[in-house]
Amino acid sequence: MGAGFRIMSAPQHRPETLVHSASLPGHRVEFGREAPLVLDSRAELGPFTMAYQTYGRLDEDRANAVLVCHALTGDQFVAETHPVTGKPGWWETMVGPGKPIDTDRFFVICVNVLGACMGTTGPRDVNPATGRPYGLSFPVITVADMVRAQKLLIDHLGIEKLFCVTGGSMGGMQVLQWAASHPDRVFAAVPIATGARHSAQNIAFHEVGRQAIMADPDWCHGDYVAQGRNPRRGLAVARMAAHITYLSEAALHQKFGRNLQDRTRVTYGFEADFQVESYLRYQGSSFVDRFDANSYLYLTRAMDYFDLAAEHGGVLANAFRGTPVRFCLVSFTGDWLFPTSESREIVHSLNAVAANVSFVEIESDKGHDAFLLEEPEFAKTLSGFLKGSAAHRGLR
Amino acid sequence: MSAAVDVRPPPRAAQPLRRDLALIAEMIPSASRVLDVGCGDGALLEHLVHERGVDGRGIELSQAGVNACVARGLSVIQGDADTDLKDYPSDAFDVAVLSQTLQATRAPRKVLGQLVRIGRRAIVSFPNFGHWRVRWRLLHDGRMPTTASLPDAWYDTPNIHLCTILDFEDLAAELGLTIERALVLDSYGTAKALGSMRLANWFGEQCIMLLRRG
Repeated sequence: MGAGFRIMSAPQHRPETLVHSASLPGHRVEFGREAPLVLDSRAELGPFTMAYQTYGRLDEDRANAVLVCHALTGDQFVAETHPVTGKPGWWETMVGPGKPIDTDRFFVICVNVLGACMGTTGPRDVNPATGRPYGLSFPVITVADMVRAQKLLIDHLGIEKLFCVTGGSMGGMQVLQWAASHPDRVFAAVPIATGARHSAQNIAFHEVGRQAIMADPDWCHGDYVAQGRNPRRGLAVARMAAHITYLSEAALHQKFGRNLQDRTRVTYGFEADFQVESYLRYQGSSFVDRFDANSYLYLTRAMDYFDLAAEHGGVLANAFRGTPVRFCLVSFTGDWLFPTSESREIVHSLNAVAANVSFVEIESDKGHDAFLLEEPEFAKTLSGFLKGSAAHRGLR
Repeated sequence: MSAAVDVRPPPRAAQPLRRDLALIAEMIPSASRVLDVGCGDGALLEHLVHERGVDGRGIELSQAGVNACVARGLSVIQGDADTDLKDYPSDAFDVAVLSQTLQATRAPRKVLGQLVRIGRRAIVSFPNFGHWRVRWRLLHDGRMPTTASLPDAWYDTPNIHLCTILDFEDLAAELGLTIERALVLDSYGTAKALGSMRLANWFGEQCIMLLRRG
């Protein structure tokens, strides 16, 4: 994601493969060697690696841990310069010393999700059983599987109860799944700009992205890593289409209008005449340097499959019956990917079981990406909720 | 795990609570579960949570009010008394509070019914349209009355369903509710438990009722 306004030509350096994840900074642990992880699909995965990053210090009671769940194309580098792109961490607006998720106070953990490509095992990695990259033989992952894997790590870190689990978009889905699957392990949950299920429209957008990747001859039916190729064009188009859904018409209009790119008149051709085209091309081409095409297929699929109510007899409230978790839901007025109505539906279900819930809608025309950007009202909300929850939890 | 889960938040430097809210707070048992419907900026909730150890939740129509409440650490959602109370299960709260909001709802009878369903008890406060000053304005000036508790002009007021204390008493009876306590506030904010409702209807500018089913 990241909607920073940069208009640049495509980078010249085009590595055929991504930075090898073993060279990335941060922590990693291996799981599933003795007993494999059983996934929703009934497939078994193991051994596998979880790559994660932490900020701040875990207190003696191990009570101050905040698990941040990243979105579709995010990763564990929440609050530090990204080792691949050199850009600021994706949530430095919210996480850091003195920030709402204050690393002077909280111990922040962010885990690269299962199926991703920043160190946690995903389709790009070598299947130990065959000695070849998994490719499409990697099992389909669900949001619940991501949470299963994260729970292994939280157990491994000796954290009995997370003070808070938070995240936006796909991260918010993980937050809801955590609260539903492990209500005794989560004190407070902050699902942001998310929904309890992926809508038909959102599945449709994802399908466009997947088809773009699969239409690229370099995709090689998912076997491109073994064949030394990379479906850059397909992945770039997928990213371009998705990026539009992260913004809003107002944001696009304000940023670009119909402004032309480095020219005074249209060229009567198909170059990037308009700034908005140039911007999207840049977003697409820079994305492929840090993301794996098959990971994109798997993670979009995980979001599409997410339907928390379906797991609970079709009644979302059943997912939260008797929950002790304190919830704070946040939506943004300009978000058309996960509009406020999606959050409100979750709120209604939480009310139906008399759960402890706060819900704010933040006025913003920045689209879905608003949760990643400077939004003072959002920061105040998150900060206030966490302070109130910390007081209830008896944190220092 | 040594961090106790139910440690109460440290008390804050308490701001003086508005008089009618303080009277409502006195009717609420400590450490009870309370839903404040139309909680505004959260003044009552904050008092209840911090001073009385109440497990408090709020619903507020205005988004600005909600955001202010959540930023203060209160559990508040944006919602509408007319449409959103039906989601809550019966007897979910010890007390459901509706302060200075009933007269602004579209269907006060339904809202009141929901309130006593969700809460084992309900506390309702409202401006009394039977107050002598209101009657006098209408009788003497022949114009829609504006008073301290009804400050808006007729075309501006959110109060679309005003009632008198006697009207409210009738509705409570119709819904099979028992009025456990009734307090009226005069124009100076002095609380009185006037023995007769007829007298209260003349001299109470605002009224606070504690109700229960049956």
